[in-house]
Amino acid sequence: MNLLDYLIAHPHEVLALSIEHISLAGFSVGIAFLVGLPLGVAIARRPALARAVLGVVNSIHVVPSLALFGFLFAVPWIGDRAPRMAVLALSLYTLLPILRNVCAGILGVDPAVVEAGRGLGLTEGQLLRRVELPLALGVIIAGIRVAVVLAIGITTIAAAIGAGGLGELIFRGLAMVNDSLIFAGALPAAILALLADSSLGWLEGRLRKRV
Amino acid sequence: MTAERSDSAIAIRGVSYHLPGGCALVDSLSLEIPARLTLVLLGRSGSGKTTTLKLMNRLLDPTAGELFVEGRPAKDWDPIRLRRHMGYAIQDVGLFPHYTVERNIGLLPEVEGWPAIRARERVRELMALVGLDASLASRYPSELSGGQRQRVGVARALALDPPILLMDEPFGALDPLTRAELQGEFYRLQKRLGKTVVLVTHDLREALLLGARIALLESGRLAGLYTPDEFLRTSDALAVAYRQAFGAGSGPSHPPHGPALGGAQ
Repeated sequence: MNLLDYLIAHPHEVLALSIEHISLAGFSVGIAFLVGLPLGVAIARRPALARAVLGVVNSIHVVPSLALFGFLFAVPWIGDRAPRMAVLALSLYTLLPILRNVCAGILGVDPAVVEAGRGLGLTEGQLLRRVELPLALGVIIAGIRVAVVLAIGITTIAAAIGAGGLGELIFRGLAMVNDSLIFAGALPAAILALLADSSLGWLEGRLRKRV
Repeated sequence: MTAERSDSAIAIRGVSYHLPGGCALVDSLSLEIPARLTLVLLGRSGSGKTTTLKLMNRLLDPTAGELFVEGRPAKDWDPIRLRRHMGYAIQDVGLFPHYTVERNIGLLPEVEGWPAIRARERVRELMALVGLDASLASRYPSELSGGQRQRVGVARALALDPPILLMDEPFGALDPLTRAELQGEFYRLQKRLGKTVVLVTHDLREALLLGARIALLESGRLAGLYTPDEFLRTSDALAVAYRQAFGAGSGPSHPPHGPALGGAQ
């Protein structure tokens, strides 16, 4: 039996599940970024808060992802629809690399540059927008890169709660002991992860070179 | 408005700055900084020079005492307006590495909302003023020599044509030859612009060359205030120790002229 059989026979299904997979992972990282950017900036200013917040966010990773998906059944509105649960769980998972890198990126900006900017009379907002965030961008992109790869991987597990995505093929293949079906889910997921990783890696390299 | 004498650009009255732990970086310092002259804050590392400078533009606020800038209490100034009223150049230069020379110098005019054409003109003017070739405008700081970076730092500090200029060892990180060159140029520039300059240094030669007044700091206190001539003649122990350390001896003093290493008799 050929591993590629199922892929070749059902290209539309694999494509549709891939798109679902990308949107689940993309939405999740998007939400994690919208939360992680301001939160990361805030904790970069307050070391005591940073320890507490990073500790809490870190502890989310202690919960096995499959269990986290399951816990969310009990949450109102979220628990009504499987994709909602998947996106929330994935956002919580991917918050850590984004948060950590925003904070590290801002703290890593040369203090002389920040002091010069402040001493010249830039407001805190101007300093953040024009100096700190642009200079931290390479490190922030690196965090997003880790988050995206993580999200693409864990999204396969979201199929266990019926959220869709390429994990569906994998779980179906496991149940039917059908390697070709597992492969039809795993190969596109791996390719997606590699593509996301290399393109964000390229972007990160370009942004770091300038600085 | 308080009736401060208008020929004093900055007045420091009994100012102290204590760290939260209680350690005093600046201790009951009183000092008048005359307008349109260069005052040098001279002292060893940890004598409170840089802290004093940061108190002037409110990067730090005093824990006791009061500062007046152009007759107005510093705490009544909006910190942002106050800082834009004073140029700021530091030893590590702190150029924005992601901006070209042109944007580094033009950032303050830009955030002040100058029209682009006027800001551009100002950048050209400043680059010529500090001896930077116009072809360097599109370079990034990493593509410049140490001396060029310092020039950009000075040009950036002058961007809004502030009446006061604060400089923290602006020539400290340069090789001796480049340093002497820049010091000489800065001396001539200052004669032309007539800014109030407060310059922090631990280098006696630089202090004698550039300073119209030399405030000697030790352990956060003012140990003495001299003209360069007075500094070379005084028998105050600390000033004598400085002269000996720099080999400036007791020979006849000369007011600074040109790029020669002043005071090196």
